[in-house]
Amino acid sequence: MAQPAAVRSFLQVAVTEEVASPLRVVQIEGLAILKIIKHCKEFSPSLVTGQLLGLDVGSVLEVTNCFPFPIREEDEEIEAEGANYQLEMMRCLREVNVDNNTVGWYQSTLLGSFQTVELIETFMNYQENIKRCVCIIYDPSKSNQGVLALKALKLSDSFMELYRNNNFTGEKLREKNLSWVDIFEEIPIKVSNSALISAFMTELEADTPVAQCDYDRLQLSTNPFMERNVEFLIECMDDLSMEQQKFQYYYRNLSRQQAQQQSWLQKRRAENMSRKAAGEEPLPEEDPSNPIFKPIPEPPRLDSFLITNQISNYCNQINGVAGQSFSKLYLMKALQED
Amino acid sequence: MSAGELTVLQFTPSPTSLSAKVHPLVIFNICDCFVRRPDQAERVIGTLLGSVLPDGTVDIRNSYAVPHNESLDQVALDIDYHHNMLASHQKVNPKEVIVGWFSTGFGVSGGSALIHEFYSREATNPVHLTVDTGFTNGDATIKGFVSVNLSLGDHQLASQFQEIPLDLRMVEAERIGFDVLKKTAVDKLPNDLEGMEDSMKKLLALIDDVYKYVDDVVEGRLAPDNNIGRFISDTVASIPKLSSSAFEKLVNDSIQDQLVLLYLSSITRTQLSLAEKLNTAAQIL
Repeated sequence: MAQPAAVRSFLQVAVTEEVASPLRVVQIEGLAILKIIKHCKEFSPSLVTGQLLGLDVGSVLEVTNCFPFPIREEDEEIEAEGANYQLEMMRCLREVNVDNNTVGWYQSTLLGSFQTVELIETFMNYQENIKRCVCIIYDPSKSNQGVLALKALKLSDSFMELYRNNNFTGEKLREKNLSWVDIFEEIPIKVSNSALISAFMTELEADTPVAQCDYDRLQLSTNPFMERNVEFLIECMDDLSMEQQKFQYYYRNLSRQQAQQQSWLQKRRAENMSRKAAGEEPLPEEDPSNPIFKPIPEPPRLDSFLITNQISNYCNQINGVAGQSFSKLYLMKALQED
Repeated sequence: MSAGELTVLQFTPSPTSLSAKVHPLVIFNICDCFVRRPDQAERVIGTLLGSVLPDGTVDIRNSYAVPHNESLDQVALDIDYHHNMLASHQKVNPKEVIVGWFSTGFGVSGGSALIHEFYSREATNPVHLTVDTGFTNGDATIKGFVSVNLSLGDHQLASQFQEIPLDLRMVEAERIGFDVLKKTAVDKLPNDLEGMEDSMKKLLALIDDVYKYVDDVVEGRLAPDNNIGRFISDTVASIPKLSSSAFEKLVNDSIQDQLVLLYLSSITRTQLSLAEKLNTAAQIL
């Protein structure tokens, strides 16, 4: 290189400093939370997305505002319009001094079924432009039970590296020791509010000792939620067994091919021995033109990884709700006995 | 209208029982805009979006700030900005239309009539919401106004701001929990079991309160209040009367349902980890 090693460009400096502090906490303003919830809830059960605005400060990613995207259409013309909308919105918000820096996006989900290839692709797209971005996932179906189902996710670095280089094969995965748990990283969420809002909320808080979320939480009927959860779980299990069949098929083919290769090799060696005895040149021990040496393509592992993730997510949800139901049932029992 | 010669002095539209519902997001947004207002600006002004419910109540669901310049006797509103932002908002949610405008500060001020006139052209009978971010009288005062015209016959004399009752819809905020929205910093979102524990503690405390009250009344330490008594008896009566065996069966059935679900999910997890082990083992082959 012509550039001397001692002089580092700004870009290089920036890159090295990015690496230095990993993202630890996502700090969201109450305003952004309310906006996300409003948007997701109004359009539930259809899934919606929007953009998060904020600042990247050290190991904290501050989300101070957000705006919704219109429901996406397939048409390309409209897609261009969507991009315009985004620019226009950001310009407008900058005029009233809102942080004009994209830090990621939010999306709603149904029963936590968000682990899809699309999510990963969107993430990679964002990642190209913004070094540190985050995806906030909100589940309106869960919030009916008095839970603030808000999650901040990012893809793990090791996964991104593999995905970017398209190295998603069994060998590489083993090398990196990457299992399905390591695809997504959940980042703890902090909430912050300005002092002004805090003052207003303290004033406006109702005097009643019970709030809406208490009613929601003590609701005994969890059956519809559980039913759908199990339904989704069963669907995922079907998908997973399909994936596993693909793998079995692949391995069966692989071992058959290996057996064929072995037998071919033995034959060739025997032939070479006889040729040697006859004083002729030995034939090469490999024949690329032979179809049995053609490598069989390995089925993609990403799908099965994502399905596995999804299943474990459903299991967690079932466990959580079942645990709560137990408490509620025993509470009810105690009340009845009194 | 009794006699032909008499001209009637009246308010139009007549001050009906119009009211407005304000969602917490609107207040949050106004506060945020105020915090981020430009240097030297005294107040922020903006548009309120929402809808008018069938019973005439104005449902204020969303808002955005509009930049403006204010001097002693005139107000310049950035109308282009207002229209751009409106178009953007309507792309997302076409159902939300302009229902009025907001301003920070205590009550109506001088320039308000001018701005209100502008919004009257954008929407019929707009609502003017004022949010006292300065805590002028020590309270968080949020007020809503509509304009009422005073006319003498067909001749319009003046218009005045008439205060309307506001319903601060805090149900959404309660759903999220005031604990999260009230503090300036919350380190961790409560997870579901912690929330459950909180609710149960609250319920217990309430039951204890009721016990204490009833005991006090019975012992003659407190004057009985019939209304409270009726509430308590209603509450107790709302527990369905079941024979203990039927109840036992109900509880046990539910518990068993939950146990089956737990069992299923545990088996699934075991299956997952097993499958992963098998997959990695197959790779070594």
